[in-house]
Amino acid sequence: MSAPRSTVTANELLAVMGARALKDDTTVFAGVGAPLMAAALAQRTHAPTLTMVIEGGIVGPAFKPGELPISTNEMRTAYRAQMLPGITDAFLLAQRGFLDVGFIGGAQIDRFGNLNTSAIGGYDRPAVRLPGTGGANDIISLCREVMILTVHEKRRFSERVDFVTSPGYLTGGDARRDSGLLFGGVSRMVTTLGVFDFEPESRRMRLIALHRGATVDDVQANTGFEVLVSNDLHTTEPPTDKELTLLRTLDPKRQFIG
Amino acid sequence: MTIAAKEYDFHAARLRLERKTKSAGEKLTTLEKAAALVKDGDLLAIGGCLYSRTPLALLWALLRRRPRDLTLARNLMSYEGEWAMVAGAAKKVITAWMGIGLPWGLSRIQREYVEQGKVEFEEWSHLALGLRFRAAAMGVPFLPSLTMLGSDLMGVGGSKTIECPYTGRTLHAVPALFPDVALIHVHRADRTGNGQIDGYPHMDADLARAATTVIMTAEEIVSEDQIRRHPDRTVIPGFAVDALVHVPYGSYPHECYALYDSEPSHFTTYVDGIKARGAAGVADYLDRYVYAPASHADYIALFDERTRRDAVDRARMLTS
Repeated sequence: MSAPRSTVTANELLAVMGARALKDDTTVFAGVGAPLMAAALAQRTHAPTLTMVIEGGIVGPAFKPGELPISTNEMRTAYRAQMLPGITDAFLLAQRGFLDVGFIGGAQIDRFGNLNTSAIGGYDRPAVRLPGTGGANDIISLCREVMILTVHEKRRFSERVDFVTSPGYLTGGDARRDSGLLFGGVSRMVTTLGVFDFEPESRRMRLIALHRGATVDDVQANTGFEVLVSNDLHTTEPPTDKELTLLRTLDPKRQFIG
Repeated sequence: MTIAAKEYDFHAARLRLERKTKSAGEKLTTLEKAAALVKDGDLLAIGGCLYSRTPLALLWALLRRRPRDLTLARNLMSYEGEWAMVAGAAKKVITAWMGIGLPWGLSRIQREYVEQGKVEFEEWSHLALGLRFRAAAMGVPFLPSLTMLGSDLMGVGGSKTIECPYTGRTLHAVPALFPDVALIHVHRADRTGNGQIDGYPHMDADLARAATTVIMTAEEIVSEDQIRRHPDRTVIPGFAVDALVHVPYGSYPHECYALYDSEPSHFTTYVDGIKARGAAGVADYLDRYVYAPASHADYIALFDERTRRDAVDRARMLTS
């Protein structure tokens, strides 16, 4: 049974769709907010043997309901973790190939899945200085596959990002591999309107599913470039009561689900 | 941009270390004397991560000396970076990310100082910065990695790639970062500087090996016998440490694993000051919290006792 669409927040939708894409017996590199909620939800539904690795150097955290972390390195993140290897070594687990999926978000995203979290309008004297990559560049460079979770707003989706903080498929085609990035790539992008992949030849962003109530026109109107649309376009199942209840139990004060 | 040779010159860095005394003797001193080891123009590596185990007592003592032209390197830079910018102490920041956390939004001080060119901001991926410290800790000029390749970050610090001599693959030759001074806060140490950290280790052990001079504060000074009974817990060898200061609440209001939680409400008050008055909000904060208190204990006393007790209780709950 599904809950009424109007009661689902953007972050709940992203967390549910992100959770469903995670598989049992795998590992996920997750940051705070919607990615962490997605991973925690997957563990509590279909993927109990999924292990989370967190940027702060934390492996296998449990999380205390109502005490979700604000940063990737604090006691709430490490609550009842299995291992605390340190930050450099946590990322090296990904470089070695232990991380199946990585989640990232971004201020600015282009048609090839490149993300900018550094600077709008030139690096040296930017119009807007953004916080920086943090671990996003490492996650997108080193995990076997990467999933972008983001609110779908026109200002976020540009033909070209001003600065490639986190490389998706760079200029498309084989450009990513040619740069020396032998592994990974963005396999999925979940937004508040739908689900996207990157067409295997051109590596251009392609709409493969719409969330209930959203249309192709909505997607195109809220994206700053032409989006490919799959011949096999389908509609996602809305979040279920069970999924929403689990998320709201994890975050009863709605600090993260909104 | 190109990286200053001093940052990755492993040969010169090694000679600096060879010339140093490596004493197993007494290291205990005062915050004031420890902070005086930092010279204008130094490259400082700051331990902890974001609002976790930040060496705030050392930064507090350092800023009171009104230093100039410092380069601050920290994996995730919290508001200590804003303090240094507004205090006129920083000419350059090397980090992967700057801010406090999502609830507090973008750092308005980072925006103002970088957008107006008042400070140089050098960005590395989180792993790459970790590998820069690790390379230095290992005494080598670079470490090969697959991270950052293809991205525009490669051009920010002047990264170079190499062809792997065995496989022919392209690798990022992540350059070492040898700091002049590392500022580190640990849970416990003996008086000779053997340091132990509980919980997540962050990058401190690498920092202590990478820097020429190591300044450390500890929540607790324990006997040499206690260190010898748990040598597996020691992550910083005493002979690497130049100065040690006993500072309870040495990271507060940032957190120290299992001992005290951070104070998000204090961060909010601080950020509210910036929202209202920009850099002047930080300047007022520095006047009240950094320059005015006569001692670090007086600074800590600006936070009421019950608030601090609650932070201790939360830390216990989250680590039991």
